[in-house]
Amino acid sequence: MRISGWGRYPVVDTRVDYPKTSSGLDDALRSINDGAIARGLGRSYGDSSLGGYVICTRWMDHMLTFDRETGILHCEAGVSLSEILEVFTPEGWFLPVTPGTRFVTVGGAIASDVHGKNHHVAGCFCDHVEFIELALDAGKTIRCSPVENPELFRATCGGMGLTGVIRSAAIRLKPVRSLFIDQTTFKSSNLRESMELFTLHEASPYSVAWIDCISGGESLGRSLLMTGDHAPEGEPEKRGRKSRLEIPVDLPSALLNRHSIKAFNTLYYHRIRGRSVERRLHYEPFFYPLDSIGGWNRMYGANGFTQYQFVVPKEAGYPAMEAILKEIVASGRGSFLAVLKAFGKQNANLLSFPVEGYTLALDFRIEKELFPLLDRLDAMVLGYGGRLYLTKDARMSAATFRQSYPAWERFQAVREAHGAMGRFSSQQSKRLGLD
Amino acid sequence: MQNILIIGAASAIAEATARIFAAQGSNLFLMARSEERLSTIAGDLKVRGATSVRSAAFDANEIDSHQSALDDACASMGRIDIVLVAYGTLGDQKKCEQEPTEALREMQTNAMSTISLLSRLANIMERQGSGTIAVISSVAGDRGRPANYVYGAAKAAVTTFCEGLRSRLYKKGVHLLTIKPGMVDSPMTEGMDLPAALLAKPEQVAGDIVEAIRRRQDVLYTPWYWRFVMMGIIHLPVKLFKRLSL
Repeated sequence: MRISGWGRYPVVDTRVDYPKTSSGLDDALRSINDGAIARGLGRSYGDSSLGGYVICTRWMDHMLTFDRETGILHCEAGVSLSEILEVFTPEGWFLPVTPGTRFVTVGGAIASDVHGKNHHVAGCFCDHVEFIELALDAGKTIRCSPVENPELFRATCGGMGLTGVIRSAAIRLKPVRSLFIDQTTFKSSNLRESMELFTLHEASPYSVAWIDCISGGESLGRSLLMTGDHAPEGEPEKRGRKSRLEIPVDLPSALLNRHSIKAFNTLYYHRIRGRSVERRLHYEPFFYPLDSIGGWNRMYGANGFTQYQFVVPKEAGYPAMEAILKEIVASGRGSFLAVLKAFGKQNANLLSFPVEGYTLALDFRIEKELFPLLDRLDAMVLGYGGRLYLTKDARMSAATFRQSYPAWERFQAVREAHGAMGRFSSQQSKRLGLD
Repeated sequence: MQNILIIGAASAIAEATARIFAAQGSNLFLMARSEERLSTIAGDLKVRGATSVRSAAFDANEIDSHQSALDDACASMGRIDIVLVAYGTLGDQKKCEQEPTEALREMQTNAMSTISLLSRLANIMERQGSGTIAVISSVAGDRGRPANYVYGAAKAAVTTFCEGLRSRLYKKGVHLLTIKPGMVDSPMTEGMDLPAALLAKPEQVAGDIVEAIRRRQDVLYTPWYWRFVMMGIIHLPVKLFKRLSL
């Protein structure tokens, strides 16, 4: 079966099983011979959920228990964040951390140790995980948590599925007062201002900036920074229709060129007239603006795209971001909008991406000329002591990975100790030399 | 609070429908083959807000067990407000062509057993004088196509049977809904090479089903555009239709 990640690059023809039950998962684990990799809703961008044998857990999507006192939900790995919101927001519970799409599974959120707009105050998804039931083989499931098999827990959180298949996990939901967000949008006219805004608003629980990656000169790094917090009240209103727009076919890739993107960015930027604008909105458009466009990954044409997300440490700060952004602007290949965010403290998980500093994510349509640019960017990012997000990656080299994820050897040791080496592997792990 | 019986509760559409009923606080009684799946699904529905969930293992192909299985469910629930008949297999058409016994087995699972169940359910609901019987048939029953005419023939039998039964039950205050889903993204279609744009999510189909039950609709095509797709297919002249490989 031909499958790919969300970026639709690369595409592989491989064997995929879809277990529906725990015993079905056992059958799949028994049939591993040359290495298997778990996959959820296929929302990682590159090749991290592709491999010689793929075990897709999307139909293992059952809730197991929920404690209405503590907010602890124990569910199967295939439950999506969307389902959790659907079921628990009416009762006043919310996800402690959510990425920019709600169409990811709990298993995937753990394997990527995803982050969201509240990273600077709440950390990553796995910082709210109570325990994980990790299947290494049929009949061999290990429970791990920060106190029980902590090394395995640290390796599994952000471990890209390379320690085993997550059968189920318990996460702590957080109580919220309403389903509305009080949002303030600030306009900044250049990169320095954009970065200063994050510091200025670090007390705000949610913050993210949409940054222009086409304009240079005086306007380099101009952005709209959005901060938000759960509104103190507000009736849980009925949501609008789910997917208003659907992109059913690949759009011709010529539709997105530097002129159309520039026009879009200018319009987007001037949407906000004053210095700042306040409004109260439902959590969906605040957290998941792109989820309302089904299949937006088709926008970049049939060859697919890659999302380039890097982080540079706080010490590297402005000069690093300026130099990298200049390189991107000069290439003229940047996407519509890029996302800029200030990360808080790093956690103890071995391969988790966020480190305290600044992260930028932007899309590039796949074309031959792209790869040399990305290699140049890699060198710059590494030079500043930064690194790339494995969940978005489809092409970094093993050397780049090893240099920027120094805990990789400890990660391998944990895999070795639990017999996961060779047994769980993806196209990405092979490329990164994790075998 | 509604009492809901689901036969074939492990099917993707049935499960998604049960989740909506659970969120409404219904009492559910689930029937399916696998005990393991029943217990997982029951646990899930409880977390989602079902007032009570009971279940019983049941194999639709054991026709002799039908009456006692239904009697047990009725005894357990008292009144049945809604029964959803949702089981079925999407057989291997090529295999059916080579082995007639396989074709008959498909007919047994998707038509004969359903007719047996519906006959018994009809009597129960008729005595009760209220409630809804919702039956999952298929757009495949609207016209025999080379790609799946064995499955289609079974579903055509169910659709026609339901049409007659609806008229009989209507006079007794019982509502019968025939559900004709198009292609649905489910474990049943996983791995098949189907156009993604035409694959409906089970929860979308489930939402349509719950709404159609509420409105006491007779026939539901879901998603809605299948009504028009099938209208086109039904009206193609045979001379042309036989040349196509749909």
